[in-house]
Amino acid sequence: MREVAIIGIGMTEFGELWNKSFRELVAEAGIQAILDAGIEGEEIDAMYIGGMSTGRFVGQEHVGSLAVEVAGLEDLHIPATRVEAACASGGVAMHQGYLAVASGMYDIVVVGGAEKMTDVVGREATHILASAADREWEAFFGVTFPGLYALMARYHMHKYGTTQEQLAMVAVKNHYNGSLNPKAQFKRKITVEDVLKSPLVAEPLHLLDCSPITDGAAAAILAPLDLAKKYTDKIVKIKASVQACDTLSLHSRKRFDSLPAAVHAAKKAYEMAGIKPKDVDVAEVHDCFTIAEIIAIEDLGFVEKGQGGKATEEGLTSLDGEIPVNTSGGLKAKGHPVGATGVAQINELVLQLRGEAGKRQVKDAEIGLAHNVGGSGGTCVVHILEAV
Amino acid sequence: MGVARYWREIPARYNLIGKKCQVCGKIYFPPRYVCPKCRRKSIGKMEDYKLNGKGTVESYTIIYTAPPEFEGKTPYAIALIKMDEGCYLTGQIVDCKLEEIHIGMRVEACLRRIQEDGKRGAIYYGYKFRKVES
Repeated sequence: MREVAIIGIGMTEFGELWNKSFRELVAEAGIQAILDAGIEGEEIDAMYIGGMSTGRFVGQEHVGSLAVEVAGLEDLHIPATRVEAACASGGVAMHQGYLAVASGMYDIVVVGGAEKMTDVVGREATHILASAADREWEAFFGVTFPGLYALMARYHMHKYGTTQEQLAMVAVKNHYNGSLNPKAQFKRKITVEDVLKSPLVAEPLHLLDCSPITDGAAAAILAPLDLAKKYTDKIVKIKASVQACDTLSLHSRKRFDSLPAAVHAAKKAYEMAGIKPKDVDVAEVHDCFTIAEIIAIEDLGFVEKGQGGKATEEGLTSLDGEIPVNTSGGLKAKGHPVGATGVAQINELVLQLRGEAGKRQVKDAEIGLAHNVGGSGGTCVVHILEAV
Repeated sequence: MGVARYWREIPARYNLIGKKCQVCGKIYFPPRYVCPKCRRKSIGKMEDYKLNGKGTVESYTIIYTAPPEFEGKTPYAIALIKMDEGCYLTGQIVDCKLEEIHIGMRVEACLRRIQEDGKRGAIYYGYKFRKVES
């Protein structure tokens, strides 16, 4: 297996982008990444694009072919593949791109992720997102996607004494970070009181405990480490890329206070990278709901199981804390265009590791970790990156 | 939804028919084809097993924002229920005040209307859960 590097990144602004179509988003992120990497179109060997439900959000499947057309690469007939794993589609696309380069099959690979969610009305989006859960045995009975995380939240609160205020503090922190990110959907700071006063979506989760509906796309260019030096001196190496799966339904899992797939992926990723959790300088975790970030920092070994709420309250994960988490604003404030999220997390880590994160820069960041989850934990992808 | 998609799940949704692994004895609901513990040895040895319908609330939530097929029914309660046979499932809690629901509450299954396909379409039934007076 060859060592793999990221030589370029690109990302659209995230938000309700009514004036931009799905294909415009794909084009914008891809073009930015190609310009950033300084590669020519004819050097691209393959593409992997994450999209969760493009068929239902914009009535468009066959996204691989669309990406080739958008990129003007049809005469080269390069293979482009759409990858789906619910909200982990982007992370799985990254993993596929990594495997393709590491194996020696391809040299230059474009990884992308895109979702255009605001072309349907809100209630329809709720129905589409529920397809990340088990349609026959969860969604059929009326459980929504926030509902599944609410079940985990209530369980965690009951078992460990995690409070609604501690959940809210995740949103407050991520909105603060989002206020420093020009591409974030929400650049507005909020308070714990704002979260607790916002309408209930699935008790105990309020509206401001939930990530929003977002349009956006992100891309990254991968190359073998040996070849990367030819293109850029701002190389970020992929030290680990691990995907793990679990049951589709929450009720069939071994635990409700943890995502066993995340624990498994993290353990394997730390082994692959030869590091310990405490070596991580900055992390982007899958905070689709505030409880998800609390469970994530426990699953990743940043804190003991059950201590995630307390650690958040004490500022461990703040921008100036020991392990800054979701410096981009996370899914909560940066936005969550489901298929793009996994690749957007990689964008943020690359900015941090290159020292280009502006006002939200973590000082001397050398090792970054991305944790991308599909559904209620049926898929988890962990990437560990290092500045070279 | 095509009617067949609903019809084929009727045994499990009306009568809580799950599966029992004849190798290790573990009971599964919703039905599974392979026992995750015995794997290969369980092939062909997963037999129908009817749950007794009683269980305990492990966690719950009150849904306020619902998908189109449950609009107008909010707020309603959804729970993770540990059945007495050891398996878990997801279902609505009905026939009690939302404030009464708590972790550890004993419940039993009852057959109820779950959703319908518009005003003239099929009505889909299945299990919901109600409180058991202890």
